[in-house]
Amino acid sequence: MDIIKSDTNINFLRFSNIALVISALVLIAGIVSLSTKGLNFGLDFTGGTLIELHYPEPPEMNDVRQTLQEEGFEEFVVQTFGTASDIVVRIPAADDGESSADISTRVLEALSAQAPELEMRRVEFVGPQIGQELAEQGGLALLYVLIGVLLYISFRFQWRFAVGAVGALVHDVLLVVGVLSVFQVSFDLTVVAAILAVIGYSLNDTIVVYDRLRENFQTKRKGTPEELTNLSINQMLGRTLMTSLTTLLVLIALFYFGGEIIHAFAFTLIVGVIIGTYSSVYVAGSLAVKLGVSKMDLMPVQKEGADQPDQEILPERFRNREA
Amino acid sequence: MNRFPPWKYALLIIVLGLGLVYALPNIYGDDPAVQVSSSRGFDLQPEIVGEVERSLESAGVEHGPVDFSSQRVLVRLDSSDRQLRAADALRESFGDDYVVALNLAPATPSWLSTLGAEPMVLGLDLQGGVHFLMQVDMEAAKTQRLNNYVESVRNLLRDAGIRYRSVRVSGENLVVELRTAEHRSEARELIESETEGLAIESVDAGQTFNLRASVTETYLQEIQQNALEQNMTTLRNRVNELGVAEPVIQQQGANRIVVQLPGVQDTAQAKRVLGATATVEYRAVDEQNDPYEAERTGRVPPGSKLYYDRNDQPILLSREVIASGENLIGAAAGFDQQSGQPNVVVTLDGEGARRMLEHTTENVGNRMAVVFIEYRPETRMVDGEEVHSTRRVEEVISAAVTREPFGKRFQTTGLGSATEAAQLAMLLRAGALAAPMQIIEERTVGPSLGQDNIDQGFQSVIIGFALVLVVMALYYKVFGLIANLALTANLVLIVALLSLLGATLTLPGIAGIVLTVGMAVDANVLIFERIREELRNGNTPQASIRAGYEKAFSTIADANVTTLIAAIVLFMFGTGPIKGFAVTLSLGIVTSMFTAILGTRGVVTLIYGGRKRVKSLAI
Repeated sequence: MDIIKSDTNINFLRFSNIALVISALVLIAGIVSLSTKGLNFGLDFTGGTLIELHYPEPPEMNDVRQTLQEEGFEEFVVQTFGTASDIVVRIPAADDGESSADISTRVLEALSAQAPELEMRRVEFVGPQIGQELAEQGGLALLYVLIGVLLYISFRFQWRFAVGAVGALVHDVLLVVGVLSVFQVSFDLTVVAAILAVIGYSLNDTIVVYDRLRENFQTKRKGTPEELTNLSINQMLGRTLMTSLTTLLVLIALFYFGGEIIHAFAFTLIVGVIIGTYSSVYVAGSLAVKLGVSKMDLMPVQKEGADQPDQEILPERFRNREA
Repeated sequence: MNRFPPWKYALLIIVLGLGLVYALPNIYGDDPAVQVSSSRGFDLQPEIVGEVERSLESAGVEHGPVDFSSQRVLVRLDSSDRQLRAADALRESFGDDYVVALNLAPATPSWLSTLGAEPMVLGLDLQGGVHFLMQVDMEAAKTQRLNNYVESVRNLLRDAGIRYRSVRVSGENLVVELRTAEHRSEARELIESETEGLAIESVDAGQTFNLRASVTETYLQEIQQNALEQNMTTLRNRVNELGVAEPVIQQQGANRIVVQLPGVQDTAQAKRVLGATATVEYRAVDEQNDPYEAERTGRVPPGSKLYYDRNDQPILLSREVIASGENLIGAAAGFDQQSGQPNVVVTLDGEGARRMLEHTTENVGNRMAVVFIEYRPETRMVDGEEVHSTRRVEEVISAAVTREPFGKRFQTTGLGSATEAAQLAMLLRAGALAAPMQIIEERTVGPSLGQDNIDQGFQSVIIGFALVLVVMALYYKVFGLIANLALTANLVLIVALLSLLGATLTLPGIAGIVLTVGMAVDANVLIFERIREELRNGNTPQASIRAGYEKAFSTIADANVTTLIAAIVLFMFGTGPIKGFAVTLSLGIVTSMFTAILGTRGVVTLIYGGRKRVKSLAI
């Protein structure tokens, strides 16, 4: 059983301009959404208080709001969470002295006076300074991953590949963030983790293609870089789709069965895996080709005096990293 | 023919065997239990087991086995109802020196425990509990230290007979004003030899000869570290008050403390006890001067300080502190035997007791006041930026006549109610903080949500796992089944490693496992696709298998190292739950390399390796 026929030969690079247009369009849509709607930042980054409550039977939302207003809260959001019996109260970080953790206590006391069987499910309070730190850390983490990848691929392959891979990654992250903005997914710490995991995943795909490209450059005598890149993508297509399929399967399981808290995380990964698969087929290879990857870049150096009967697999140290 | 050396089989069997043993404790679940430990950190004696058993028997609570270690005694019970009754009975018979807390005891069979096999530690999001991040106000610690210097410099100069105009705090500095240059040089020499951590310079200020002293940077760091450590000690004592089985109190960065209280339900109570940064000071009441006069004119007699009591009436107290929170050893709420009023019985340490005795001997019939000092967090806007600080609020909570000299043990009455007495006693007991703290992050998970998270996490692992198994079996036939074996082994190894490392399993951690399940087959997919390709190129099945494994290896390694880079960065930058995700993801990558490459190859060789002639592969 094959997903991909063994003699598949799709000219992916011929579509690279079309892919470029598609990527650009999605990117523009994302940027427009980011600049108009922005990201729906979660509590981790905005600071504030979140209280999740479970009622034995669905509460009247207006009653809940009224109780909170009577308690003296002015700015707050009350929403159902998953089911009608579960609600979430969000209170933004206050500017006055009472930005402390007391808010949740007051909310709980006021609401449980009305409904004694009320059950506290979760309380999260994040001070404003923490929110800022977490945002900085998230951004830094992203940056360090990109730098780490750039270095590793430059070391293992060649700088053109590294730039191609990082270009594909930046492309992926931008698209994912754009999609998150369009759907207004709550952007919290778990989403940052998901984006970093997407980077890892998408990179995985890209590396696999590059690896085959390197092998083809070394073993095939004929063929332009374009043709060889195309060949490599086609050779790995079965694997790329199969791994994406299994990963998507578990992510869909996580999305449907993992509960509300993990929703945004699973959603981000699903979007990321799809985009990552697309980019490793259409973006990473063509970027490297556009940057001028050539056979010379990856040709093994003949070790002087050594007998070199076969060029196939060589220890890494014999490979020339810089043209 | 393909060979697989025997030592590799041996390695596989050993690793999988160990994996099974260390993963096994996770299937046994927990028993409800009650834990008794020391609230002062001393080692328990084995005799305590007998006391625990007697106490439970006299209360008529049937109990399971009692585990003893020098840190704690754990009694197993067969229902949560018995657990509660047992806890009540034990609290009654063990006094303040012990912490009695509800806990869960893993029901690991003893043969596994002796091998060091224990179940995974569940994070707060899975077992329910409270996570606080507290920030220590270091500015306040600094100010406090400067004020202490003022006191000791005054005493030094007075004892040495050097006359000074004033000793005061000015900004970040301590300023001593003297009348003559000779006095100044004498004072400087004295202060330099007798105090620690001050950088002193001489400044001429018109009519006076001044010394300006600032706290040195290294000493400042020492002060901060000490303040943080003292606060952590205090927090530990306070957490003991709450009766939490396995609290975590750790330093984070230079000025933060993480407090994690698994299983605590009443977060309001926890916050009251942890967040109330209060202390007390005992001071003599200045009976010579009129406090109303001082309030009206604003002229406070030297040596005294103007305070207000709870009814906003002014009262003058001596500047000298007789005893303060740090001298307190114990405080217990009760009722005065004579008047029946709620009271707090206070016990002081040696130094506090000595000064108290000294003071009360000379001041029978005079009043002594208790000043309650509370640090309240507040946020102000300065130039559009939020500034967090703590405000010191001082209030005289009682001013009682000293009836007789006392030292080590005495009682305070005049409290509003029994509840207030209990509250005060608890705060006093919890001791003084070196510097005020405030909660800057809280994450609380209720027990029902914790259980739901476990159930949902478990369900998604199982369903995701099953889906992958089906797809692999359908697509790669026999080889798919082999990959499925490897995937199962991989799951066992991840669980075993998590248990062995004592890593904490969180909901994002489970998500990491789920993701690993999906991605772990990648190595096999790569190998199998390569084998198919070799077959298509007309190679023999045996050669194709060999080439498939060999050629796919560097690809797999490269792909996994890059994913590992992402996981490691996540681990370094992530906090709490994110770390859990990074840990399971990294472990999963490493174990999947082992099972997907070495493991499947072993099985493949077992099936096909020995045969001389393999016509086709079921791939």
